[in-house]
Amino acid sequence: MYVRLLSAQLRSQTQYRLSFAVDLVLNVAITVIGVLVVLTLFAAAGPTLGGLSLAEGLLVAGLAEAAFQTADLVVGNIERLPVYVRTGLLDAVLVRPLSSLGQLLVADAAPRRLGRVAQAAAVLGVALAVNDVDWTPSRVVLVVLAPVCGAVTYASIFVAGATTTFWLLGAGETANAFTYGGRDFATYPTPVYGTWFRRVFGYGLGLAAVAYLPALTLLGRDDPLGLPGWVGWSPPLVAAAWCGIAALAWRFGVRHYRSTGS
Amino acid sequence: MPAFAALVRAGFLRYATYRQATLASAFTNSVFGFLHCYLLLAVLGTRASVGGYDARHVATFVWVGQGLIGVVQLFTWTELSDRIRSGDIAADLLRPIDPLVAHLAVDLGRAGHAALVRLGVPVVVGALFFPLAVPTHAATWPLAVLSVLLAVVVSLGTRYLISLTAFWWLDARGPNTVWLLGSTMLSGLAVPLPLYPEPVRVLAWATPFPWTLQAPLDVLLERGGSGHALLLLGGQAAAALGVLCLAALVQRRAVRALVVQGG
Repeated sequence: MYVRLLSAQLRSQTQYRLSFAVDLVLNVAITVIGVLVVLTLFAAAGPTLGGLSLAEGLLVAGLAEAAFQTADLVVGNIERLPVYVRTGLLDAVLVRPLSSLGQLLVADAAPRRLGRVAQAAAVLGVALAVNDVDWTPSRVVLVVLAPVCGAVTYASIFVAGATTTFWLLGAGETANAFTYGGRDFATYPTPVYGTWFRRVFGYGLGLAAVAYLPALTLLGRDDPLGLPGWVGWSPPLVAAAWCGIAALAWRFGVRHYRSTGS
Repeated sequence: MPAFAALVRAGFLRYATYRQATLASAFTNSVFGFLHCYLLLAVLGTRASVGGYDARHVATFVWVGQGLIGVVQLFTWTELSDRIRSGDIAADLLRPIDPLVAHLAVDLGRAGHAALVRLGVPVVVGALFFPLAVPTHAATWPLAVLSVLLAVVVSLGTRYLISLTAFWWLDARGPNTVWLLGSTMLSGLAVPLPLYPEPVRVLAWATPFPWTLQAPLDVLLERGGSGHALLLLGGQAAAALGVLCLAALVQRRAVRALVVQGG
């Protein structure tokens, strides 16, 4: 009897650990496959893609991924806002005297996302090593500043996108175009994209500043599209602008929120 | 049979009511269409072709591919695994129609509706901004429709099979991630399969995933001529049969060992 209980106990424990192990393997696989996709496309393109070599492209991809995963770690939960609205959790949150946004973000904190950030940082580290960056003090600052500002940018896009839930049906899907689409855009060199698309997404939405422009500065390259050298330092400006947009959108959205009725 | 047809119709109508969600998805597909199209055209560069695709083929591949995402349902589908975890599956199993057949019928209806808006919008948007490749042989059109139909079946079968793990394993994330990884990376969505190195290509075609997207797109693009198209269709049929049989087997196994929680 006790043997049976013990074996049942052991089985349930290993199930739990198996789940964790599979989770870990899958998470690593996602990052590795993501890098392989970038490398495959650069390899298929020939010597350069969007004006950058494979190694340089890896730096752009690494910066974009580090920024995105950090944002996902901090504000990723906001994607569940439609669920919170539907289940009435948002009403409960709004009644409390604390910041509604703050409460929602810590509601389902996911420490497992930390692993994805660490992996992205590893990819970035490899990219920096492979490119043999000529380190100056300003470049050391930039290599930390760019992903941090990129993360703030993505986080703001996440939040602003989520607030469309307050007044748009199917909001989640629409927001994906700019959150995940934004990630995809920044992963590759901006010259890849057609003129007007580049102007809207890269400069209008500031996504070129997440990875491509800082990467050019780190590599000591000039922008083939003719932008002045200081644009490599525009990430803080873009992040600040997006932060403002997100704050306004959130405040506007919450004020005009009409509950599902309870 | 009338029950099957009724379920197909029900699936169509159910998804027809989600008008705004459908439009939102079509919008997002279009944005990703631009992203991927520019990217792959840049990969093509000044060369005549890459992986056997020229500029028109590349553009058509991307835009029709984005349109097919909704038809073939390449993204998260948790309907069955949710019902298994909540125990509602017990009610499904008591019904006169096998849940696998029922889900297949509803999915075909859903795909039918998706073929209107979710396929139509990206294709129109793509055609407006990029030169697309139109099939040169009349026979390609019915073959392509058949291929998409088979792709839907392969997709449903694979999703169903993966969802059945919920009978043994309470973790929702694992199987869902496996499906997403396969359906985006191995289906031809993230990268057209001919661009992958040989070992990856061989591995991919051994899974159901390329048969859901790469195959119908290659049929539409008349890649390799009509002989190759028939080969692809045959492969899809085999894949569809394979996943459905496997799903039925696994489901029978699960039902035999099933213990429903609570009363």
